[in-house]
Amino acid sequence: MSIDTTAQASATPDAQQPWSELGLKADEYARIKVILGRRPTSAELAMYSVMWSEHCSYKSSKVHLRQFGDKAPKTDALLVGMGENAGVVDVGDGYAVTFKVESHNHPSYVEPYQGAATGIGGIVRDILTMGARPVAVMDPLRFGPADAQDTQRVLPGIVAGIGGYGNCLGLPNIGGEVVFDQSYLGNPLVNALCVGVMKHEDILLATASGTGNLVVLFGAKTGGDGIGGVSVLASETFDADGPAKRPSVQVGDPFTEKVLIECCLEIFAEDIIVGIQDLGGAGISCATSELASNGDGGMHVILDAVPLRDATLSPEEILMSESQERMCAILEPTNLDRFMEICAKWDVDAVVIGTVNSSGRLTIEWQGEQIVDVPPRTVAHEGPVYNRPFSKPASQDALAANSAASLARPTSADEFVETVLTLVGSPNLADKSWITSQYDRYVLGNTASATPEDAGMVRIDDSTSRGVAISTDCNARFTMLNPYLGAQLALSEAYRNVAATGARPLAVTNCLNFGSPEDPSVMWQFSEAVTGLADACLTLGVPVTGGNVSFYNQTGETAILPTPVVGVLGVIEDVHTHLSHGLPADGLTLIVLGETKAEFDGSEWAHVVHAHLGGQPPQPDLEAERQLAEVLISAATDGMVSAAHDLSDGGLAQAVVEMCLRGNRGATLTLSGDAFTGLWSESVARAVVAVTPEQSAGLLALAQHHGVPAAVVGTSGGSSFVVNAPDVTFSIEVDTLREVHTATLPALFDH
Amino acid sequence: MSPRVGVVTFPGSLDDRDAQRAIRLAGAEPVALWHGTTDLSKVDAVVLPGGFSYGDYLRAGAIARFAPIMASIIDAANDGMPVFGICNGFQVLCESHLLPGALTRNDHLHFICRDQKLRIENTTSAFTSGFNTNQEIVIPLKNGEGSYIADERTLDELEATGRIIARYIDGNPNGSRRDIAGITNEAGNVVGLMPHPEHAVEAGFGPSLDGLTFFTSVLSRLVNA
Amino acid sequence: MARVVVDVMLKSEILDPQGKAVERAADRLGYSTIASVRQGKRFELQIDGPVDDAALASIRELAESLLANTVIEDFTVRVEDN
Repeated sequence: MSIDTTAQASATPDAQQPWSELGLKADEYARIKVILGRRPTSAELAMYSVMWSEHCSYKSSKVHLRQFGDKAPKTDALLVGMGENAGVVDVGDGYAVTFKVESHNHPSYVEPYQGAATGIGGIVRDILTMGARPVAVMDPLRFGPADAQDTQRVLPGIVAGIGGYGNCLGLPNIGGEVVFDQSYLGNPLVNALCVGVMKHEDILLATASGTGNLVVLFGAKTGGDGIGGVSVLASETFDADGPAKRPSVQVGDPFTEKVLIECCLEIFAEDIIVGIQDLGGAGISCATSELASNGDGGMHVILDAVPLRDATLSPEEILMSESQERMCAILEPTNLDRFMEICAKWDVDAVVIGTVNSSGRLTIEWQGEQIVDVPPRTVAHEGPVYNRPFSKPASQDALAANSAASLARPTSADEFVETVLTLVGSPNLADKSWITSQYDRYVLGNTASATPEDAGMVRIDDSTSRGVAISTDCNARFTMLNPYLGAQLALSEAYRNVAATGARPLAVTNCLNFGSPEDPSVMWQFSEAVTGLADACLTLGVPVTGGNVSFYNQTGETAILPTPVVGVLGVIEDVHTHLSHGLPADGLTLIVLGETKAEFDGSEWAHVVHAHLGGQPPQPDLEAERQLAEVLISAATDGMVSAAHDLSDGGLAQAVVEMCLRGNRGATLTLSGDAFTGLWSESVARAVVAVTPEQSAGLLALAQHHGVPAAVVGTSGGSSFVVNAPDVTFSIEVDTLREVHTATLPALFDH
Repeated sequence: MSPRVGVVTFPGSLDDRDAQRAIRLAGAEPVALWHGTTDLSKVDAVVLPGGFSYGDYLRAGAIARFAPIMASIIDAANDGMPVFGICNGFQVLCESHLLPGALTRNDHLHFICRDQKLRIENTTSAFTSGFNTNQEIVIPLKNGEGSYIADERTLDELEATGRIIARYIDGNPNGSRRDIAGITNEAGNVVGLMPHPEHAVEAGFGPSLDGLTFFTSVLSRLVNA
Repeated sequence: MARVVVDVMLKSEILDPQGKAVERAADRLGYSTIASVRQGKRFELQIDGPVDDAALASIRELAESLLANTVIEDFTVRVEDN
């Protein structure tokens, strides 16, 4: 079989090439020919096709995402911003924390276990690549209806894959989300977040600099995994026939990644490398072009040197392979021996595959012939930029006008009891232990707070009490009603959740899950959401440090609800002061902080009881969120409350029921307004705290000082959840609530 | 001079640093031992930690049990050195035949992580001498292959000779026969335990401090030796 | 090169939850005549040189000490022509 060399390409300009099958458009193919001054070789075509795919190049989202940079709030805490593998923030005491959330949606639909497992593997490597020790993971998950056939197919595999890979790596899973909604049927969302810690001086970047430096590929051997995964899977929607694209899914080996992590950390500690990149989507194509592009501008690679699991792979396939657990390091020749020694100790394969030069070109040879000669920036950073048309869908105004305000509400005590139980037992609000107990939360011994608490929190390491807290949130129904506000509400909720554990919010990551960018309605949702998020980050002073876009989450014409998942990271000086939500004692006073308005559009109540989605979401109030956060942070630091919980899905009723269940005791609420609004409104910037009689005055004064409304609503104690309101009085035993809360998921997924 | 307790790191070990922390908090000196050497660094006791040595490939602990360090540990154990196998470490001890029986896949087929109640039934072994008989404790459990099985004759013998050191109470989380959470050998120096005491040694990072007693038990044995 | 196959199965008295799970799944898919399922492992060993008695004895040793846990598993060894 003849090799398609650069010389051959020059000599045969009219050769037919499968650019369309590889996912490129006609104008993109034409542009490649202009860049190179000839047709691309088949290897070059493979590289451009994967690197210019939506997933790798962000071609549809770039013009909108630049707002995160343009509108970035000024902060000294940001050490590494967007554009690198992950953002890095200063958390004090010389420590830095890196974190990021990413998606692996399409592979998880095709092969749930491996899709989810390799999603964890990929995000962990991104964190490792920054020079950090990965210390925790989180998994925001979204599925079709809990009782749907396909949810039965994908959920158990996805959960097992996340647990199987994450547990074997030794990373505690400290939180995440599980949301069920019709719109995710056929398009489950598997987002994975990882956090890593390091000292400031340990930060590493993906740069290949220093002419004469060596390019070393290490980790697993390269096989046929996921070839074309990014371009074929993530950049096109599924057709209605379902998961036929099986061969493109990557298969992970967490044991190999675990030893790779330990090997890398030893390498980092000895300061013997100049740059490092992990091999994720687009494998070697991505690593080499990005390293070369970021560095002095030139690199020569001998592709024959790549260790292969499958000797029949063509050079194009080697370049596109997405085999897992591989990294690429740049080092000075004098450090090679020591590098190889450390790899040998951990039994990690390592081989020199190239050298850095100052040619300004990325050249690759195979069997002595040149098969790639490209300017690396055109592959890695100068991909197509689309200005996709966007327009508000015709149905949006009618949707916004269709308020839930007039839907039938409970009036009698029995109806209230039924409503409480229906919501508490509904899949989105029910106990998630069936899922979360499949994850190790203890490994590394630094977990201070984990799901179902408001935010996951880990101590940096055991030589300090300093810690970081993270929450990921998104209410996609709110975002459907109003994408601009919905994105702001997602940020608000994550920000509030972090503060509810006593940590100070510092930085943001995001995973933007949307339908097809070729649909102007989806593109409108996307542009509105990004604008809303960027504006809110600026107002709250928390910069976006990095994130991920996942487009094409739709089957046929129906897109998923716009789902911009927002992750907020915060810092706490002493993890021992953190807040949690279980009621620890009887006789505590319950106080609602924040203002409750009659806001039910898009609420859990409207969704669960009436299957209704319409109206306008709750109005965000970023200044109120900021002041509430100040109250909660001070309350934690100074020991001013005994428990705290943010209010969100399911309103006050859900929050207080959760506090009762976690604390294993009852509570009595005495509401001054109508019970329905008090219990199920989903107004923003609210939390409920429990205080001792001695703490009460101090907490109320603190709230007043920050302009946060505070209302005493009840007390803890007894064995029932009791509500006394002017219009109704009812009571439910905590045992009954527990039964209903914990029965739902096992009934659906235990076989 | 405080006693030295070695903690082995196999490729894929996860709770080795946590075991070292527990040893330090108990008042002994933790010593990191590499799987590839036969040198036990003059330690007075050994801990085989939790994790997924060799990815649990083939069977959990099946490959680790042939590591060079294990030859030295088996000799030392036969000579009376206290050896504590936690979770994956328990699996390695069974595969090496330092303890009878085997650990298999949890009967419900899921990995499970939960705070587990145990009853300590043997208080003469090297790692449980600090407990009161029938003391109830809560420590984390986290495993996918934690179901202890052995033939009836072996199980009866373990019962009759008081070699079941801990039993699950308030629910059996993995299908272990006779609710066995941990056992010891005839001499009482080798102990295997499925749940993780090293994750219940520090306030704020575990469900209790009950785990510390496993480590202080061996410490007092070594100090008084 | 000759190939030797070692099949490893749980002893009949050992609970096989994976086999049970497969059995239930088969039943849900409509394969109602399947009375029981047990799940095991198959090792394919490519051997350099002839598969004579000495080679087979050596493989049996390997099976006994590594491939199978004889506390809970049984194994069989057979030769396959490629």
